[in-house]
Amino acid sequence: MKRSTVEKWVTYVLLPALGILGVIGLWALASTTVAPNLPSPWKTWETSKPYVLEPFQKRGELDQGILRFTWYSLGRVAKGYAIALVIGTPLGLVLGSSRLFASSFDPIIQILRPVSPLAWLPLGLVLFGKPEPAGTFTIAMCSMWPTVLNTALGVRSIPNDYVNVVKVLQLSKSRALFKVYIPAALPYMFTGFRLSLGIAWLVIVAAEMLTGAPGVGGFLWQEYNALIYEHIILCILTIGLVGYALDRLMMLVERRFKAATA
Amino acid sequence: MSFVELSGVSKSYGSGARGTEVLRDLNLTVERGEFVAVVGFSGAGKTTLLSLIAGLIAPDKGTISVAGKRVTGPGTDRGVVFQNYSLLPWLTARENVALAVGQAFPKATAEEQADRVTRYLTLVGLAQAGGKRPSELSGGMRQRVAVARALAMDPEVLLLDEPLGALDALTRASLQNEIARIWQADRKTVLLITNDVDEAILLADRIIPLSHGPAATLGPAFAVELDRPRERRELARDHRFKAIRAELVAWLLASGKQKKPARAVVESVPAPRVVEASA
Repeated sequence: MKRSTVEKWVTYVLLPALGILGVIGLWALASTTVAPNLPSPWKTWETSKPYVLEPFQKRGELDQGILRFTWYSLGRVAKGYAIALVIGTPLGLVLGSSRLFASSFDPIIQILRPVSPLAWLPLGLVLFGKPEPAGTFTIAMCSMWPTVLNTALGVRSIPNDYVNVVKVLQLSKSRALFKVYIPAALPYMFTGFRLSLGIAWLVIVAAEMLTGAPGVGGFLWQEYNALIYEHIILCILTIGLVGYALDRLMMLVERRFKAATA
Repeated sequence: MSFVELSGVSKSYGSGARGTEVLRDLNLTVERGEFVAVVGFSGAGKTTLLSLIAGLIAPDKGTISVAGKRVTGPGTDRGVVFQNYSLLPWLTARENVALAVGQAFPKATAEEQADRVTRYLTLVGLAQAGGKRPSELSGGMRQRVAVARALAMDPEVLLLDEPLGALDALTRASLQNEIARIWQADRKTVLLITNDVDEAILLADRIIPLSHGPAATLGPAFAVELDRPRERRELARDHRFKAIRAELVAWLLASGKQKKPARAVVESVPAPRVVEASA
C-alpha cells in the first residue's frame, strides 16, 4: 500500500472507528456506574433488534420497524419542508431585491426566526385543530428562515456586471428573474435549502412528541412513557443517522448545481 | 444634429469637498456610420463616459442624445460591450445571444430569432461554438460572443468599453482585425473607448483624446485618413500613421503633465520611441 492510501485509511476509517468505540465504551461505563437508568450498549442492541433487523415490519400502529417510522417522519418533513421552500424562496427573492420590503420586514423575520418549534406547535393546534396540519405548520415555520435569508443574501450579492447586462439588454422583469437573478443567486439559495432541511428534520421530533403521531419522534416519546429506555437511544441514533444522510444528500445536489452553473 | 451628441456633459462622484469631478464639460459628436475612438489613460473616466452614453448613469450637467432622442436610461438602441466578460456563465454562447435577440425582437417567430442568433455567431466566427458555456471559451472568444450579442440586437450605435483590454497581445491583434472586418460588413455607428493609441488608429475614422483625470476633458479630434482595410504591418511604416500617433501621444502626455508626475504617465504609454523617430 502507498503511504497516501494508508493515511486515507487511517483518517477516514480507523480514527472514526476508534472514536465511536471510545464513546460506546464511555456509555457502557456510565451505564454500570453513575447512570444506572441508562441502558447499556449491549442491552440497547438486544431490545432494538426486532426493530432494526425487520425495519419495515408493522406489528401494530405504535409497534413498527424503525425504518417504517422513519418513512412516516420523512413524509411529514417533506410536506413542511416543501411549504417552507414554496413560501421562503419568493419571500427571499423579494427581500433581497427590494430595499423597501427589506426595511419593512427584516425586523419581524429576525424576531420570528429564533422561536422554538415547541412554541409554534400549540399555535398550530389552535389554528388547525388537528395535530397533523399543526405539525406541518410547525416544520414550515421553523425551517423557512435559512431559505429566506440565504436567498435574499444571494440576490444582494449578484455582481454589478450582471445587473448592467440586465439594464443594457433591457430584459423584462420575468426574463431578468429567471435568466439572471435566480441563476446568479442559486448557490446561496442551495445553502439555504440545505440548512432548512436540517432544521425541518430537527423539528420533526418535537412535532411528533407533542402530537403523538406515528414516526421516529412519536415512537421515542411513547417508549419513554412505556419505560423502554433502550428505544429512546435507538431513536436518537436513527434521527442522527438520517439527519446526517439528508445533509450529505443535499451537499451532493448543491455541488452538482454549482458545477453546472459555474 | 449629429447621430450621437454630447453637449456640456459633466459627472462627479460623491458630493461636496469629498466628491471628485470625473468628467468636465464634454462635447462630442458622432455621425451615422462613423467609427469614433476615445483614447485616454486608465482611470481617466473612460468607463464613466461610456456608462453615461449607455444610460447606466445620469450626467450631473449637460445632455446626451442618440439618433435625435435624449438619453434618459439604458435602451436597446445602444449595444454595449463591456471590458470584463459580461456573459452569463450559466448560459451557452448561443443562449447568451438569444437572450438579447428575444428581448430586442419579441414579435419575431422562434425560427427568425434562431436564424438571427446563428447569423451573428457566424459573423464573429463562432458558429461552431454556440453550445459552449463561457467557461469553456477563451477570453477572445468570449468577447466575440459579447460583440455578437450587442450586434444581434441591431442597435443604432455600438458602444465598446475597452473590449480588448483584458486580452493578451496576440488575441488582441486578431480581434482588432475582426472588429475592423465586422465594421466594414455592418457599417454600424461605433464609439470605441480604449487606452491603446495604435488600436484607435487601426480602427477609427476619428480619434478624440480624453485628458488625464480628475475632471477629464476631451481634446481636439484627430481625423484618421488611412485607407481601409488597414494592414497592421504597412501601417507601422506609414508616415501618416506615425504623425497621428506622435500628435496623439504628445497631446495625452501634455494633458497628464499638468496634473500628475510625468513618470506615472510615461509608464502607461508604450513605445514612446516612435514619437522621437517621427519628430
